[in-house]
Amino acid sequence: MFDVFRERRRQGKRTIGYPAEAPTLPDRYRGLPVLDDSRCPDGCKSCVESCPTDAIGRDSRGLALDMGRCLFCTDCLEACPEGAIRFTHDYRMATRNRSDLVVRSGVELALAEPLDARMRKLFGRSLKLRQVSAGGDNAEESDLNVLGTIVFDIGRFGIQFVASPRHADGLVITGPVAENMKSALLDAYESVPSPKLVIVVGASAISGGPFRGHPEVSDGTDRLLPIDLYIPGFPPHPMTILDGLLRLLGRLEGMPERIRAEEPPAPPPASGPDPLAPIVASTATVEGPPTSS
Amino acid sequence: MSANAPLPMGPHDRPIRLAEIPVLAVDAFRSAILGQVNAGGRIAALFGMAGESNRVRLYAVLMYLETAEIAVLAADVADEYPSLTPDCPQAHMFEREIAEQWGVIPRGHPWLKPIRFHPSYRAGHDAWSRAAGEAIVPGVTDFFRVEGPEVHEVAVGPIHAGVIEPGHFRFQCHGEKVFHLEISLGFQHRGIERAMVGGPDKRTLPLVESIAGDTSVGHATAYAQAVEALSGCRVPLRAQALRGVALELERLANHAGDLGALANDVGYLPTASFCGRLRGDFLNATALICGSRFGRCLIRPGGVLWDVEPDRAEQLLARLQAALDDVAGATKILWDSLSVQARFEDTGVVPAEVAQDLGLVGPAARACGVDRDVRRDFPTGIYRFALIPPSTWNTGDVFGRAYVRWLEIRRSGQFVLQQIKSLPGGPVRSKPPGPLLPEAMAVSFVEGWRGSICHVAVTDAAGKFARYKVVDPSFRNWIGLAMALRDQQISDFPLCNKSFNLSYCGHDL
Repeated sequence: MFDVFRERRRQGKRTIGYPAEAPTLPDRYRGLPVLDDSRCPDGCKSCVESCPTDAIGRDSRGLALDMGRCLFCTDCLEACPEGAIRFTHDYRMATRNRSDLVVRSGVELALAEPLDARMRKLFGRSLKLRQVSAGGDNAEESDLNVLGTIVFDIGRFGIQFVASPRHADGLVITGPVAENMKSALLDAYESVPSPKLVIVVGASAISGGPFRGHPEVSDGTDRLLPIDLYIPGFPPHPMTILDGLLRLLGRLEGMPERIRAEEPPAPPPASGPDPLAPIVASTATVEGPPTSS
Repeated sequence: MSANAPLPMGPHDRPIRLAEIPVLAVDAFRSAILGQVNAGGRIAALFGMAGESNRVRLYAVLMYLETAEIAVLAADVADEYPSLTPDCPQAHMFEREIAEQWGVIPRGHPWLKPIRFHPSYRAGHDAWSRAAGEAIVPGVTDFFRVEGPEVHEVAVGPIHAGVIEPGHFRFQCHGEKVFHLEISLGFQHRGIERAMVGGPDKRTLPLVESIAGDTSVGHATAYAQAVEALSGCRVPLRAQALRGVALELERLANHAGDLGALANDVGYLPTASFCGRLRGDFLNATALICGSRFGRCLIRPGGVLWDVEPDRAEQLLARLQAALDDVAGATKILWDSLSVQARFEDTGVVPAEVAQDLGLVGPAARACGVDRDVRRDFPTGIYRFALIPPSTWNTGDVFGRAYVRWLEIRRSGQFVLQQIKSLPGGPVRSKPPGPLLPEAMAVSFVEGWRGSICHVAVTDAAGKFARYKVVDPSFRNWIGLAMALRDQQISDFPLCNKSFNLSYCGHDL
């Protein structure tokens, strides 16, 4: 017994200081993409053609990147020698509307607005969620599970994953909605008492992700259910999920909006700009280098 | 060629021209496989692909532990052939898969049921005589039934109680005692193998990385090795070392997480809490290398996308040493707790012969004393130069599966520290691979954290994938969980399930 106490003391307190403190993310983390289409040479479609999920397009308003399809890979960065696309360290990406996930040059992302007053009164301090994996690949599921660990301790915000849809206030859906899971997903949705929320996590659940167009999947949830919150990523970082949930509940109002990146351990190579090196979003206040990781 | 002629064996990491693969009569194919399996060979993969004049060509990839060689043989079949499974149980899932994908009936298969519930790839040929366009409902099929007074059936899933993937489980119970568990999956089927045909293209790597998201590095490495073999691409030594580091970090994260989850399932919360955090520390170490906690985008044919510079190596070493020390402390109290051991020991025993016969892999097999690990037996990349001795135990119970994970954590931890301290010099990526060798096959092995992953790439005349076969370790091991549940208390199912921690999507593809 004393060994257990000793070990507990040795392991120490591990819950992050978020939301009072900014979370720390690795320097190579690929968060919110920013576009600068003033760098695009005329007629260049390198990034558009390189994208595995056709998340990038160009129309009369210029270059656009759909985070609902984006796999946050590096194919467009490698395809674009001009640096017109960069991934920042900003983990805040959740939106209320599907169209808000489309990122454009010089347009600020419309982050998720809180629920209305009635829904906040119901769910703001206690939100029970039922997770349904509908063809999810266990990466999204793992980073949802991790919110329950002592590091994120999602319970301190009154959010809990429950076993039965009948005990839940909403569904958290992952995966492209495999045809073989469609009816079970719709049954689960019906079983959640109203009013209810639907939160979709990851590119697969939002748009089908890499499975888009497969006859075995439904290309995500959009044509099946009304969605209250979109959390993009492949998979989203746990901080992106937590930020989205807290934003939806209005729990981040009045909190300082800060992000912080780990100091890169080595300077970028001298030969020209490194297309894989992320930059920090211009929309956020950046803290100085962290004193510890 | 007769059934008794020696099979053409070759090194496991070289491409094989399809023209050199012997095409046997079905009986000779069957007896050649049985002869080799009885002589100690193992089936790495057994699969069909579209053949000439609407026939199906079956390929069997056999592996020989003693010489680290493989042999590939083929046979053409129309609508049925005599099943291997009655004489060779490790073929059972492969033959069910062939029946479902190609509408070819392995005649005499003892339990021929769909495994993923999708229409046949060969129009007009269906192993269960289902009409074209008939709805195929997952989980609706025959199940073993035990009859009698006081016998009852418990059905669970597809949606389970936790944040976990879907699958359907049926228990035949007498009181609390489970006579038999039958597992019916397929709810996660996303059509990955079918979509790989015609590749490689820009969608191929993301598909491979999401075969099983918790094994992104393992599957991406298996894919990269297959493409490199077919294109004659050489991977720089530094990249090989970094791939090994990433693969072992994936193992460390999942094994640490599993020990925490096992502790949680017996109500031992200190280890559950500590290991839940430590799993994330290993994931974050992977993110320090490539920005993604799951190692996404790190592995590319030709090498890896990011280097580990000296400063980053220092940071990694410090973090990993601390995490490994904390895992040691978190698990010491687990092994020292009598109440935990009382629940772990003799629960969910899989006898060694059963593990051997069914072809189980990974920690589930090694916990039964079945000493197999492709890092040693069929080494690729850095494992040709740096051996991680396989860890085994001999009890085959929950304790065995837990303890093997702890032994592997220690050895993988030492390996990762050693590799990072002594990374070879040079680049981390060679030129992108050129065109693939046409009409050829490459077999690729990786010891993922759940067990051996096998990918088989077959190219057409244009050097594009005509077939891409993925064998995830879970495909082999789900039957092991069913065996472990025999004569157990149904209340021990969560614990037994967690001790295997298998992938639904890796199985369903």
